Amino acid sequence: MIAKQTNQKAWFMVLPVFLVVAFSAVIPLMTVVNYSVQDTFGNNVFTWVGMDWFKDLIHSERFHAAFLKQLMFSGIILLIEVPLGIVIALAMPKKGWGVPVCLIGMALPLLIPWNVVGTIWQIFGRVDIGLLGHTLASLGIHYNYTQDPVAAWITIIIMDVWHWTSLVVLLCYAGLCSIPDAYYQAAKIDGASRLAVFRYIQLPKMQRVLLIAILLRFMDSFMIYTEPFVITGGGPGNSTTFMSIDLVKMAVGQFDLGPAAAMSLVYFLVILLLCWVFYTVMSNVGEESSNGGK
Amino acid sequence: MAKVTLKEIAHSYTGYSENPDDYALKKLDLTWRDGGAYALLGPSGCGKTTLLNIISGLLIPTKGQVLFNDQDVTRLPTEQRNIAQIFQFPVIYDTMTVFQNLAFPLKNRGRTKEEIEPRVIELAKMLNLEKDLYTKAQHLTADAKQKISLGRGLIRTSVNAILFDEPLTVIDPQLKWQLRSQLKFLHKKFGFTMIYVTHDQTEALTFADEVIVMYEGAIVQIGTPEALFERPEHTFVGYFIGSPGMNIVPCRLQGNQAMIDDHALVLGKTYRDIPTGAKIEIGIRPEYLRLAPPGGKGLPVNIQKVDDIGRYKIVRVGLNNRKFNVVMTELSGMTGDNASLVFNMNHTNIYVNDHLFVGDQQ
Repeated sequence: MIAKQTNQKAWFMVLPVFLVVAFSAVIPLMTVVNYSVQDTFGNNVFTWVGMDWFKDLIHSERFHAAFLKQLMFSGIILLIEVPLGIVIALAMPKKGWGVPVCLIGMALPLLIPWNVVGTIWQIFGRVDIGLLGHTLASLGIHYNYTQDPVAAWITIIIMDVWHWTSLVVLLCYAGLCSIPDAYYQAAKIDGASRLAVFRYIQLPKMQRVLLIAILLRFMDSFMIYTEPFVITGGGPGNSTTFMSIDLVKMAVGQFDLGPAAAMSLVYFLVILLLCWVFYTVMSNVGEESSNGGK
Repeated sequence: MAKVTLKEIAHSYTGYSENPDDYALKKLDLTWRDGGAYALLGPSGCGKTTLLNIISGLLIPTKGQVLFNDQDVTRLPTEQRNIAQIFQFPVIYDTMTVFQNLAFPLKNRGRTKEEIEPRVIELAKMLNLEKDLYTKAQHLTADAKQKISLGRGLIRTSVNAILFDEPLTVIDPQLKWQLRSQLKFLHKKFGFTMIYVTHDQTEALTFADEVIVMYEGAIVQIGTPEALFERPEHTFVGYFIGSPGMNIVPCRLQGNQAMIDDHALVLGKTYRDIPTGAKIEIGIRPEYLRLAPPGGKGLPVNIQKVDDIGRYKIVRVGLNNRKFNVVMTELSGMTGDNASLVFNMNHTNIYVNDHLFVGDQQ
């Protein structure tokens, strides 16, 4: 019998991946972990504080407020962008010259850098020179995103819908295009209504892409920073201070590295957890019981 | 249930045209009687699916009319034609149970639960689906899914016609046979008008009372399975039906003799008024050829290959450069590679420009 030869050379093959992952994710994350359990007053002097920053954070009203605002924001934009995206995708032409026109039109907002989007809307909404702000003001509607929290929220939400609904549209459109014609033909023959076609053919076939769309939009919106920072800077007051803005204020503005690091970690874990929950729930939709009633 | 009539139907995917070559479906007239089982047989791209989609209303023909009984339905949308169609690949509603899938066509037409339930259960029994009735359809195998598709086509008893578009392509061979006989049984029981598209001759021949053979957008022969086998009206039918297909070999005619190269074969019939310059071929089924020991009255051939496929043998023989397939049960009495090839003259056909040419009995 020949002893099985062990060849350890294969480890060298995975080494590049180890290095890339280490430098891109593990090491930066570990420095954050390091900060989160220490305190510093500069000069590279650190003192061990254990879990204190985490305890503070859990009881901090400022964190609660930012977290709540963040959840509200993500919830609202998902509720708007997903149904709107589906409706637009359903309305888009399936063949002819309209297809490239629609696709390019849809893709355009996605190509604009985020701070440019912020700037566009910042100017667009200004009461003195902005097209939207000035028009509304001349119509006698009170709208000023620098003073009114509701106006600020509406502006940021409309901006995000404008910027990102296209992503949902494009994903749903791809999902719709992959449905074979035979399904629509069979539905016609079975006498299905337009609503039934949507409910029993299009929606189930879009389930996978919708899962991706919701996950992407949730993660992105939960991490939104640039646009509200450009438009409102987190104001008026703290009304649009989302988590990432709050984090930057804490880390850069106040140079509270420890609490900011603790917040980063909690922030990261929350996103991870919510994405996992979303994914588990969505991928179990329709698979749950194999004996659902008649 | 209805009689289906096609009046001068022709279809071109590029729109109306004067050039007949643009037509995927050449002009055809056809009547299918109420309650008949028909098969449309032909190779891929011969226009059979086009024809089927015209009947179901998924396509509107460029020319001509479709009549159900005596009603013109040419421009009627699919949902108003009251037909059922089963596609090549299973089409099921993923999120529904098998029961809901089968009930769907009835539910959409406003039938009550009391009407739907017994019908669904009866049909599920016939298709052997009753134990999965409350399972989500997407969890089933491809076979079972296609049975659901078939079931949705068969659930309505009042349909004008049921159209099958190669429905057994994805089914395992063993189950294919079983499903085919189930379809036949259902046809007998309910008397649907059934139109079955296939490129598989066994399927067509076992399923249908009458087979329509299509080739390059035109119908080349309509007939019972026997007629297609015994008297193919077109060389394509000869090739396409039978396994192996008909032997078709170029020849010349001299009185009552056919000359294959320089070998004469007495036909027992005379053929008159054959256009000059026409392509003349002699056609005979391998089943009607026989090999005798060399030196007999047949054509001198040499045996090139023998395929034993169980119940019978396929012998490939060569007459100079001409090849023939011979189907025989026994090769006894043959020694060496040489033999003489004997034709059964009652089953020997002459084709002129690919079409059967009937001779005068002497």
